[in-house]
Amino acid sequence: MNPTIEITDLRQSYGGRAVLDGITLGIEGGVFALLGPNGAGKTTLVSVLSTLLRPDSGTARILGHDVVRDAATVRRLIGTTGQYASIDEALTGRENLVMVARLLGLGARRAKQRADELLGSFGLEDAADRRVGGYSGGMRRRVDLAASLVLPPAVLFLDEPTTGLDPASRSRLWADVAQLAADGCCVFMTTQMLDEAEALADRVAILQDGAIVADGTVAELTGLIGEETAVLVDRDGRPVRTLDVPSSAGGLAAALAALDPAERGLRVELRRPTLDDAFIALTRRDHRLDLTGAAA
Amino acid sequence: MSAVALHPGTGPIAASRVFVGRSLRHSLRDGEGLSLAIVLPVMLMLLFTFVFGGAIDSGGGYVDFVVPGIIVLCSGFGAASVAVSVNRDLTGGAMQRFRSLPMPAATCLVGHVVASVLRNLLATAVVVGVALLVGFRPVAGVGEWCAAIGLVLAWILAVTVVFAAIGLLASSPEAANGYGFALLFLPYLSSAFVPLDSLPAWLVPVASAQPVTPLVESIRALLLGQDPGLQPLFAVLWCAGIVLAGAAVAVWRFPKR
Repeated sequence: MNPTIEITDLRQSYGGRAVLDGITLGIEGGVFALLGPNGAGKTTLVSVLSTLLRPDSGTARILGHDVVRDAATVRRLIGTTGQYASIDEALTGRENLVMVARLLGLGARRAKQRADELLGSFGLEDAADRRVGGYSGGMRRRVDLAASLVLPPAVLFLDEPTTGLDPASRSRLWADVAQLAADGCCVFMTTQMLDEAEALADRVAILQDGAIVADGTVAELTGLIGEETAVLVDRDGRPVRTLDVPSSAGGLAAALAALDPAERGLRVELRRPTLDDAFIALTRRDHRLDLTGAAA
Repeated sequence: MSAVALHPGTGPIAASRVFVGRSLRHSLRDGEGLSLAIVLPVMLMLLFTFVFGGAIDSGGGYVDFVVPGIIVLCSGFGAASVAVSVNRDLTGGAMQRFRSLPMPAATCLVGHVVASVLRNLLATAVVVGVALLVGFRPVAGVGEWCAAIGLVLAWILAVTVVFAAIGLLASSPEAANGYGFALLFLPYLSSAFVPLDSLPAWLVPVASAQPVTPLVESIRALLLGQDPGLQPLFAVLWCAGIVLAGAAVAVWRFPKR
């Protein structure tokens, strides 16, 4: 079977700067998280995949349909939720959903019915007839997400869906995404938040300066930078440095024996690498603490 | 993964209907905007007839002269907001969603234009009503009224398309608002408020060469039972040219925004 999303050597540059520098990815399904710092090219990639932007070169296919040549079909398969809520602030939540439903081709009665269902399942009944302009950030995102799900999409694009949300709205949105994935929808999300990728994604890729620098499951990515490491921590529990532990028997004892006398008062802790470590090691933008000697 | 049905999507006509509904909702909901679009032209008309009118024509016949000009001015006021609403759609997030839906996203412009034309017709009707109350005495038959209304409609459409194009070209809603202001001066440099021959000699060619003059001359002649000559033809050609130019801007610019 074709991958749900198939990207081959995709390139896009603005003013001589390569924003996407030859991306190749195949995504079977499930929740895929694209991680990357600001300016890495995440939104550009989502714009290309959701037919909003024509790439300079390379191809991208959704269920076998080219996003440029067969954009009309791709638009009949996807749902999108932008980085900032792409809804009409002067209309009410209900009117927004009815409008999207009509534009997707539902008749007037069916559109109203579907809007009611979505308002119910996203807990927006009370605010349904208020203008979206007066909604909180979390409610806007929920209307926006609901608008992307008026008809079940084969692929749902979520571009930084929880940026700027409070913790309660964020975990609520996480639950919505998890439910969608459980229902069989392929979710392509971007995020800057590693815990978000860790919580939701079956597969993670890290985008740095327009190129994929790592791609795999969360376990694989953290595995990339080594197993558990022994870390020296001070009395306040702050890491000081990673111990270089030889992998031979008695390696730890040897490492401890080799400690500088000034470090004798410190404690040793075993630390499991997190996606944060992988991200920092792989993007190498942040050198404040080198806990990742193995990968660096 | 379970098979997902293709979303049916909509064609240009059904999508336009949805967008006209959306833009009309916007208009009705923006009570301030709607009442300003009606109150400002009425105020201007009262200003011209009662304050300036006595100085321009002490006989009191100025109201008959000025009403066509006010009608033209009024369409400018009403249409200016289209630039802002079009630009807001583009710079806000709404257009991102529209473009990713299986329907022609440009029909969103149709919604803005149609709603603006309807808004302006309403404002024009109110202005004409008030004009009749303050002494406007047209002597037109049904045919002349229809022709005059047709010309007003063509002008409203032309001005609206220009403002929609400004909305597509401007970088922000604020800028869109600013550009539109320049257009509102056009009626003052025409025969809308004063006869052409009262203008300084160097301004006469400017005034006669711009679209407002043939438009105002035609409407005035039609409503006051005079012979408009070729002026309606010039007015229609102007309006058609402006609509085409605006449409060209939309076709060129919309896919790039």
